[in-house]
Amino acid sequence: MKAELSPRTAVAGALFAFLVLLPVYTTATGNLFALTLFTRIVILALAAVSLNLILGYGGMMSFGHAAYLGIGGYAVGILAHEGIVSGFVQWPVALAASALFALVVGALSLRTRGVYFIMITLAFAQMAYYVVAGLARYGGDDGLTIQKRSQFIAPLNLTDKTQFYYVCLVVLFVSIYLVSRIVNSRFGLVIQGARSNDTRMRAIGFPTFRYKLVCFVIAGTLCGLAGALLANHTDFVSPAMMYWTRSGDLIIMVVLGGMGSVIGPVFGAVALLVLEEALSGITEYWQIILGPLLLLVVLFAHGGIDGLLQLGRQKVPA
Amino acid sequence: MSEPLLQVERLAKRFGGIVAADDIALGIDKGELHAVIGPNGAGKTTLIAQLSGQLRADSGRIRFAGQDITALPMHKRGQLGLARSFQITSLFLDLSVLDNVALAVQAHAGHSFHFWRDARSEKDLREPARAALERVGLGNRADRTASSLSHGEHRLLELAMALAASPRMLLLDEPMAGLGPEESARMVAMLRALKRELTILLVEHDMEAVFALADRITVLVYGRVVASGQPDDIRANEDVRQAYLGEEGHG
Repeated sequence: MKAELSPRTAVAGALFAFLVLLPVYTTATGNLFALTLFTRIVILALAAVSLNLILGYGGMMSFGHAAYLGIGGYAVGILAHEGIVSGFVQWPVALAASALFALVVGALSLRTRGVYFIMITLAFAQMAYYVVAGLARYGGDDGLTIQKRSQFIAPLNLTDKTQFYYVCLVVLFVSIYLVSRIVNSRFGLVIQGARSNDTRMRAIGFPTFRYKLVCFVIAGTLCGLAGALLANHTDFVSPAMMYWTRSGDLIIMVVLGGMGSVIGPVFGAVALLVLEEALSGITEYWQIILGPLLLLVVLFAHGGIDGLLQLGRQKVPA
Repeated sequence: MSEPLLQVERLAKRFGGIVAADDIALGIDKGELHAVIGPNGAGKTTLIAQLSGQLRADSGRIRFAGQDITALPMHKRGQLGLARSFQITSLFLDLSVLDNVALAVQAHAGHSFHFWRDARSEKDLREPARAALERVGLGNRADRTASSLSHGEHRLLELAMALAASPRMLLLDEPMAGLGPEESARMVAMLRALKRELTILLVEHDMEAVFALADRITVLVYGRVVASGQPDDIRANEDVRQAYLGEEGHG
């Protein structure tokens, strides 16, 4: 790692500085809308970072990643509904439930490859969707309003919008750091080796299945945390959180931002959600503009936004 | 010499009606370069697959370094010091050349559930990997992406990955396949340098290379050993001429 200022480090630095300083601006101007928007962006960026761990580094094309958002969210929502509002209970339950779900989905889906893997992860996510939609006690289709956000010890108060934003931001930064450690560790190299050539990995003596399964569980757990944050952010959970289009959104963020780069998904989440916000202000049919933009990125910017920022520095392999 | 490093007795393997290995006996001494030749479909790759543990023999015994390994799975044989290279290049093309070899080292360094330390700065992994790359002459390519190397360099990288596990014996499946004359010469020089230090079983179609390198040669035809002996004996052997050298005219 060179210390010189590449476009990539410049943009990443500027983005992070912007994210850190945003509440200063919103507090001064009282622009709560921007704070709410960026809280949401930070949370979904966390989900995208977790998806990137399996999709970008592991080559596991999961089409059901939003399920963990829903499971993490519903863990918080259901516990709150039952009167358990302590975050020290809610959050670990959200993580454990997501991890367990990932373990089951991974154990079955990782035995398959390609289209089958995509279909199985999608099927599990849709199953989870219909299960929560059928929970009449917890609002069923209509969803469940959360009366009280997760309680932690004073002075930490998630009801305070600025505090909550910073909690999300710290969780995102810590997660990015964790993921960057993981992908460069021995474990991370095994995961990347399995993405690159699974047969050869097994031939030189790596039982790749168990490494991929552990990776799958880590990613699911991290996304469950994003779900717990999202539930607190909206004070509401509904089956829509885990609908397959949401899984698609997360994939778009990862691909748009840059697969297999630790901060790529953060670029992707910011770009997609800000664009969505800006374009929907211009026209009701904003997706007509967004679609071709995405196409251009996929066709011409291999490596997404992060790839563009590194252009000219990296020799493109033949 | 006492017991050979690798000893094969009465090895047999059938795929349906096709006999891929029929009562094969082989003894390879420590430090020997033993070539296995034979026409296409003679069962050479099947033999390597059985020795490396990729295929299980139907019957017969394989002993390596005084231990019966007939029933051992592939990765256990690797741990005992038996390494193989692949006939069809099978690399991690989007990783760096050094990463490719370092993964081969890592495969023999216990489990890989280490999540924190930067594997690319671990001397235990990188130094043996660099040494293996130096040995095959790819030291200056370490940081390139594997996909950017030429076909000849890919074969050398295959060899480096086999060497990285510091094996006692190498099973090389057609290391010269698809190489140009210059690259072949480079590979021959490389194998000559590795000879003695390592025991090598070489399956190869390039007869010039085989006769230049081998201490002993075994000729397989339809899964059977037709002849086994020193290069000069093999060249003079009438059966071999008939069954293989004259008939097929490989070279």
